[in-house]
Amino acid sequence: MARIKATMKRYRFFILLVTVNIVMVFVHPSLGIKSIGITFKNIKEVLTIIPPVFILLGLLDVWVERETMIRYMGEDSGIVGVLLAFFLGSAAAGPLYAAFPIAGVLLNKGSKLSNVFIFIGAWSTTKIPMLLLEASYMGTKFAIIRLVLSLIGIAAITYTTERALSKDERDEIYRRALVVE
Amino acid sequence: MTAILYVFALGALLISAMKSREKTMLALKKAWKAFENILPQLSSILVIIGIALAILTPEQISRLLGSGSGWGGVLLAALIGAITLVPSPVAFPLAAALLASGAGYMQLAAFISSLMMVGIVTIPLETNYFGRKAALIRNLSAFIFSLVVALAMGVFM
Repeated sequence: MARIKATMKRYRFFILLVTVNIVMVFVHPSLGIKSIGITFKNIKEVLTIIPPVFILLGLLDVWVERETMIRYMGEDSGIVGVLLAFFLGSAAAGPLYAAFPIAGVLLNKGSKLSNVFIFIGAWSTTKIPMLLLEASYMGTKFAIIRLVLSLIGIAAITYTTERALSKDERDEIYRRALVVE
Repeated sequence: MTAILYVFALGALLISAMKSREKTMLALKKAWKAFENILPQLSSILVIIGIALAILTPEQISRLLGSGSGWGGVLLAALIGAITLVPSPVAFPLAAALLASGAGYMQLAAFISSLMMVGIVTIPLETNYFGRKAALIRNLSAFIFSLVVALAMGVFM
């Protein structure tokens, strides 16, 4: 019973919307039926595209060894650290705000600050399964243009953010990571 | 594209299963959990798209977010993306539906880019880890970046 209640609560907005749509069918049949038609067409499309995307998401999350990679992202890690940070972010699963606690772990283990920003950038926009999803929904050209720009953008945002911080402010970020952990 | 996606995913799944049964099961469990996590939002947005596209005419959407809406439409799209917390697997069907109903590539690129990189609602959380200054600068430069992406889309698409 408690479980049904919890599920109902999670889906309360969805239930409300479905109710609105059903009311529409009675009040304004042509609009209500048109709306249901569009919804079913989109559900079919989503259910076709989403399974492989989430399977890839799960596989990447399980097979990418975070612990080993973090060791090579320190102050003198150079290009290897940059690539690892980028790959670590791109292979992750979850929304951007889920990346912040992991960024905290990276900082704690002594990752270079710029590598942590690259990790955040990659997590936010170059996740591999999402690129495939974007290509199938928006077209390959759209997805590739955005990918190329994102690579440049991640570098630019990392550079801007790091340059704006003083030595003290950078040290403060590492201290925060210890406290938040 | 969808066929490639399936070949890719099933191939990876097969290789994974040959290497480790347990890890593959764990990956599938994670995949299901990730899907289940977005399901309330995904199902809601699908009904919203249905209702909105039934009521709004392509002309109205086009006026608001179409290629003719220009930088006003781009800015509006980028702002919506910056404020809302929509997971990408939910955002792409939405963007594709809007595209089919008259929204422009520039406007949708601004929406998608700022949605992914900018998170106004989660700035307090980000501040916990990076401090206020770093969080603000990262979000601000990401917002400007999403406008640059829109500009590039205008040139290339």
